[in-house]
Amino acid sequence: MYPEKFRYTKEHEWVSVVGDIGTVGITDHAQAELGDIVYVDYKLGRDALKLGDKIKQGDSFGSVESVKAVSDIYSPVSGEITEINTELADSPEKLNADPHSSAWLVKIKLSDPGEVSNLLSASDYQTYIGAEK
Amino acid sequence: MSIRKVRQHPTQNEALLFERSSPGKRGYQLPSLDVPPVDAAAVLGADNVRPEIAGFPEVSEVEAIRHFTRLSTWNYAIDHGMYPLGSCTMKYNPRINELVARIDGLAWAHPYQPEALSQGCMEVMARLESILAEITGMDAVTLQPAAGAHGELTGILLIRAALEQKGNPRKKVLIPDSAHGTNPATAAIAGYAVENIRSSPRGTIDLAELERAVTEDVAALMVTNPNTLGVFEENIVEASEILHRKGALMYMDGANMNALVGIARPGDFGVDVMHLNLHKTFSTPHGGGGPGGGPVAVKKLLEPFLPTPRLKRSGKKWAYDYKRPKSIGKVKAFYGNFGVLVRALAYILAHGGEGLRNATLDAVLNANYIRKSLEAHYDLPYQAPNMHEVVFSDERQARRGVRTGDIAKRLIDYGFHPYTVSFPLIVHGALMIEPTETEGKLELDQFIEAMVSIAKEVETDPELVLKAPHTTRTSRVDEVTAARRPVLRWKPAKSDSKAAD
Amino acid sequence: MRYLPKSQSERHEMLAACGVQNPEDLFSHLPESARLKRPLDVPPGISEYEIVDYFHSRAAECANGYASFLGAGVYRHYRPVLVDTVVSRGEFLTAYTPYQAEISQGTLTHIFEFQTMIAQLTGMDVANASMYDGSTAVPEAAMMASRVVGRPGVAVAKSLHPEYREVLRTFARHQGMPVAEFGYDQATGQVDLEDLERNLNDQTAAVIVQSPNFFGVVDQVKAAADIAHRRGALLVVVFTEAVSLGLLAPPVDADIVAGELQSFAIAPSYGGPYAGVIATKERFIRQMPGRLVGETIDSRGNRAFCLTLSTREQHIRREKATSNICTNQALIALMATVFMTVYGKQGLRELAEQNLAKAHYLSSKLKPRFSGPFFNEFVATVADPEALNKALLKKKIIGGLTLGRFYPELKDAMLVCATEMTKREEMDLVGQALSPTQKAEAL
Repeated sequence: MYPEKFRYTKEHEWVSVVGDIGTVGITDHAQAELGDIVYVDYKLGRDALKLGDKIKQGDSFGSVESVKAVSDIYSPVSGEITEINTELADSPEKLNADPHSSAWLVKIKLSDPGEVSNLLSASDYQTYIGAEK
Repeated sequence: MSIRKVRQHPTQNEALLFERSSPGKRGYQLPSLDVPPVDAAAVLGADNVRPEIAGFPEVSEVEAIRHFTRLSTWNYAIDHGMYPLGSCTMKYNPRINELVARIDGLAWAHPYQPEALSQGCMEVMARLESILAEITGMDAVTLQPAAGAHGELTGILLIRAALEQKGNPRKKVLIPDSAHGTNPATAAIAGYAVENIRSSPRGTIDLAELERAVTEDVAALMVTNPNTLGVFEENIVEASEILHRKGALMYMDGANMNALVGIARPGDFGVDVMHLNLHKTFSTPHGGGGPGGGPVAVKKLLEPFLPTPRLKRSGKKWAYDYKRPKSIGKVKAFYGNFGVLVRALAYILAHGGEGLRNATLDAVLNANYIRKSLEAHYDLPYQAPNMHEVVFSDERQARRGVRTGDIAKRLIDYGFHPYTVSFPLIVHGALMIEPTETEGKLELDQFIEAMVSIAKEVETDPELVLKAPHTTRTSRVDEVTAARRPVLRWKPAKSDSKAAD
Repeated sequence: MRYLPKSQSERHEMLAACGVQNPEDLFSHLPESARLKRPLDVPPGISEYEIVDYFHSRAAECANGYASFLGAGVYRHYRPVLVDTVVSRGEFLTAYTPYQAEISQGTLTHIFEFQTMIAQLTGMDVANASMYDGSTAVPEAAMMASRVVGRPGVAVAKSLHPEYREVLRTFARHQGMPVAEFGYDQATGQVDLEDLERNLNDQTAAVIVQSPNFFGVVDQVKAAADIAHRRGALLVVVFTEAVSLGLLAPPVDADIVAGELQSFAIAPSYGGPYAGVIATKERFIRQMPGRLVGETIDSRGNRAFCLTLSTREQHIRREKATSNICTNQALIALMATVFMTVYGKQGLRELAEQNLAKAHYLSSKLKPRFSGPFFNEFVATVADPEALNKALLKKKIIGGLTLGRFYPELKDAMLVCATEMTKREEMDLVGQALSPTQKAEAL
């Protein structure tokens, strides 16, 4: 369920690093808690998120909205935004269906690859969400 | 061939106005003009004249009345039965209030007409201000805010103004985790940061937490009393002392005043400023979502900052005082939702002092009767005595996969409107029930029977509850698609097959 | 008490079930220090007849049977009888907010129709389910523009209703929202476009103008839009006289329209309750405050309506909400909806044409101050407005609004309004009441 290769945050984001690019998304636990997702809003501060934006670990880069709740999304890593998944604008339901793969949110060129080691491993994350209940 | 009228009233199919429209039908007739007509393009300039209002309906008077009458039959309303909605205080809306609000001299009064010709309106407002001050134990009242949330904002702005005068508006407002959503939203609009303060295990204000949290940066604590669990804040006086010692103020959300009128007065237990909801405690009708009225009552220290104008006595007459240099300004044009104020005053006059107190006694009795009757069937997360409302949790039913939202939907099949679902947030799967005093024993017993029956259904046939409601004209709606691909207005459709069914 | 449906014996049964003797026992847990130890100082309850009598007496102390030339944001329009017939139905009057869609389709459907008609009238893509009133819709629109553009400030026309501007300032003060004001052209009464340019900077999120403006003048919306958009700001257009939309070109160049619907069968009622509205372009939907009703289907595939995009609202978003609003003026919006239905496409236009004709007839009796085109109100130059009003009162006529209170430079003027309810003889009396010198000026 939770890919071993990913790293996770307590705010329920995951990051998958290949080379110096980290792909970021929300976890299956997050999409289940939110329920049917209706909208993804990419924002940095007051502005729309753009390619080339610099972001720090822990910064919010937008929010994910379901019928009953909105959740801010936080970047697990610092770096520069290189890709934004625009498919989710028309099909937010993909986030429910495939949160760990095709429904990634953004790709970031890491400025500090060492950061990833502060994050949770798959088994730590599973323990964490088990305890949350 | 498709047949368009296929169901009996009241499950009657009903097309939208635009779908019943055809060019040239009319529902009006204007008098003949007694002055010369003017050419619009000539006096306004051709660019300033609009083309026809595309898509606007044209229907006859008969079709209009049928359309709205049919729509009305699809609503549940207080006139049908109980609304057990917690913190909404859905009490009977007395019809005499509707009559008096429509009396010509009041209904057609223009806010800018001469004061000498508005004395009756001003007297109504002055009377209401005075009675609300007595009920709340406060020193002054403004009737200007249009609704509860508006009153909240006004109250926080008053606090800010008072603190600014002392030299430091401070930075944040404390809000209990059990609070209504308008509270933090309001604080943010007033320019304050919000800090949540955790409730005690009893669900009430934790004095130690409060002591720790109140710093010189805290402007106020926003409290609801009784709180959203229906529990009286037993430490409210001590809480106000903690705040006052540090120069902070206590704001009370008056949503739950129905538990206190004639019994306890917020001004007596340390509150500095509060708002009232006329559409809750004072019976003004909800009308499907508004209008309301959100008067704000304050202690003397905040009186100079109240919105302008203030009513003042000038000899034997009422006059408006606009010379209020410390006022926060206006929160709404004119004086307030006067039509709503009339209804609230009528309600008060009908009850009188003793009647208002008796209403409170009955409201609390009704809620306790429900608690006693349902506590064997639903989990009661907080054991403290409750007042006018009671909060259960769906813990027991959740083990069978049934949540509070499902139980609420099943309640509809029994002929009741659901209670408040999933609020307050500190209770997992909350069922918040407030019957109000205008429910009789028969209605309450029927409600209790329904809830007990549903609890049994959860054990024996959970699917029945999960797929409810079964007997309504409209079944569960797809809120997800409504939010994913919002359709917020009618547009001429390409094909109408399923749409009008 | 007639609204308390329990007999004493039923009360006793219920008290016994609760394990107490008296209703007061249920309050025994309240701390002594918090309790009220005396009866409320409110007179005893009275009968229906006495209540009616009380309010009739109050009504008699107000203007009754007066003709009136007051407008200024609150207008006298005939209220079709169907309006009260419909809103008096208990199913509408005593219904709650339509959170439970299955049993609220009546309310949800009429609001959807309302949203549609307002969008059609204003030329915008979508409208919300109403705000408290026009005056509070303005700061809501300002905050919305600020969110969309990502800038803090607004520039507002001096010809926007003075009380609306005051409400805007009250809200703006604590939002860190600078409010700049730009003036009007002394000759035309329209926005001074150069002054507008001067008051814009890169911190301006929105330009706010009213049309017809407070002086009744139809303003230069397109020109204001061009200026605003060139500087990266949005244009907010405000209306206070909804009937004008029956005839005047809708403000299609606006990004946000904020207005007051009191003219649509909402009794003046000494200032409220009214219904405001915000309408906007498709791309700004998610930043819109207030309730929204959307179309969907139910589980059987039938068309149904529900509240939607609620996550913007206070009960979910809490401190990040687009507004703290927890209401819409549903019943008032229903009045407007019935009004719009009764008049319909042709009727609204004819109604507006009558208003135009009446006001222009009045302008032959009083001298318009401004040369700009006007709808059903205008500023009349009157040497001594107080004296004129005093003379008119003797004939049971309430004259126009003297403007010195809001615009010191216009103390020799009054704002007058004529609607379809204004009679020719009333306007003729105004002409006669003017002193010979004033009459000479008027000609």
